[in-house]
Amino acid sequence: MTWRRIAIATPYLWLLVFFLAPFAIILKISLADPVLAQPPFSQTASLENFAFLLTDKLYAVTYLRSVIMAAGATLFCLLLGFPMAYGIARANAATRSLLLLLIVLPFWISFLLRVYAWMGLLNNYGAINNLLLWLGVIDQPLQLMYTDFAVFVGLTYSYLPFMVLPLYATLERMNIDYVEAAQDLGASRTRAFWDITWPLAKPGIIAGCLLVFIPAMGEYVIPYLLGGPESLLIGRVLFDEFFVNRDWPLASAVAIVLLLLLVVPIVFLQRSRAKDGN
Amino acid sequence: MMFQSYAVFPHMTVEKNIAYGLEKEKTPRTALNKRVDEMLELVQLADLRTRKPNQLSGGQRQRVALARALIKQPKVLLLDEPLAALDKKLRERTQFELMNIQDELGITFVVVTHDQEEAMTLSTRIAVMESGRFEQVGTPKEIYEFPNNRFVAGFIGTINTFRGRVLTVSDEEVQVHSSDAGVNLTALGKYPVEKGDEIEIAIRPEKIFVSKDRPDDSDATCVRGIVDDLGYLGNRSLYRVRLETGKIVQVSSQNRRRSVTRFLEWEDEVWISWHPGSALVLLD
Repeated sequence: MTWRRIAIATPYLWLLVFFLAPFAIILKISLADPVLAQPPFSQTASLENFAFLLTDKLYAVTYLRSVIMAAGATLFCLLLGFPMAYGIARANAATRSLLLLLIVLPFWISFLLRVYAWMGLLNNYGAINNLLLWLGVIDQPLQLMYTDFAVFVGLTYSYLPFMVLPLYATLERMNIDYVEAAQDLGASRTRAFWDITWPLAKPGIIAGCLLVFIPAMGEYVIPYLLGGPESLLIGRVLFDEFFVNRDWPLASAVAIVLLLLLVVPIVFLQRSRAKDGN
Repeated sequence: MMFQSYAVFPHMTVEKNIAYGLEKEKTPRTALNKRVDEMLELVQLADLRTRKPNQLSGGQRQRVALARALIKQPKVLLLDEPLAALDKKLRERTQFELMNIQDELGITFVVVTHDQEEAMTLSTRIAVMESGRFEQVGTPKEIYEFPNNRFVAGFIGTINTFRGRVLTVSDEEVQVHSSDAGVNLTALGKYPVEKGDEIEIAIRPEKIFVSKDRPDDSDATCVRGIVDDLGYLGNRSLYRVRLETGKIVQVSSQNRRRSVTRFLEWEDEVWISWHPGSALVLLD
């Protein structure tokens, strides 16, 4: 009995200590004023920082850019990931494990190294430009690095596995008889896909989209390394406020708003899923 | 086509499942609704029309799958082990339901099954298959009483076989000397065998009589043996009779009279007998 309680309590305790408590601290800091001291915030409480976020257009624009960038990357991951997951799920057992291994393989290399590798590819004298020059498609290097395009590519590349794996899990469990039955009843292959496969894959699609969208939203490393100075994303703003401007209260406010932006759609999704279940 | 797993779409209601085929044909709404109502009536699921498949029992899901396939009024419906997922009682009831529905609609059903009894109950014609080849096609009676070969004979029901060498052949009968039985056996009928051929004579357990005294019937084939084992099944009794040659013969006899005492006991000396018309020659 006690062991059971401990087992149940552990994840809650974990969340309490490593998520809820830090969140409370950040919330407290977000209400304070910046001061030149150690720690660099006052013990007062006001909503000034949040008001500032609303008045300075930079933040609104950055949030919006982040949402668009993350949504775009999520969409692209879905477009690329769905056929991949479908192919893996329908492959025979031996090929399937090999393909799954290939999906997971990049995780064996540090995330940072993989982003650096993209720098090598996208550089003015990187592999892609050199190839295009050699082919004669272009006569001077394209500016690929330090653009939104580079950030977009980096995000899509890095988070693709997080889309493929949950999709694969759902598609693999799906009985192929459903699709055959639909076709037997007169549905074309495309029709059967939209009527049967797509709705049945929904849990996987939702899980995959959340797994890509949420980290992509707050991503710092990719925009920092691949993006240009003008491709401001919220993760970078957050980092700069903390460590460059040392404005902890404002940075905390940015973090809180980011969290709200992420939590609200998830709550909505959960609610619609609960309704579907009944 | 009706799938063994039923493949009832889990995200659609009973109605939606049944309507799917007609929706793909772009049938007008009113006609479609009417057909769906008819189908729900036919499979007795009208009360459950708005349920999702996970709220249905196995038998109900099976009927949804049937209605979904039938709504398109196919000429032939292929049913892949339609009753395999149901328990025994439900399976027996559903067999008759299936037959009634089939009768009502006049559609040809092709049923795949590995349950011999089910095949016998459901069908007007059975095709026994082995390794992708038809071994025999015929009515249930033909399959049971006149199996073409050893595989078909053994496939449905049990059968006793006696090896032997052909003594005489005529258009009416084949006489065989069987070392298995220890006597000469006769099978009525015309068979493509020749004198000296090694063949098998087969006889169903329920075609054999067992008695304490030698039967008077001079036509009957009679062999002596002792009761090796017996089993009481209620409606009938099974006997395993050991012949003097050591060959074990299975006999099944109806328990027509009600009685507490057993008519035969272990190690009783008995005669088993059958009419030559019940015996048949099995070719490979």
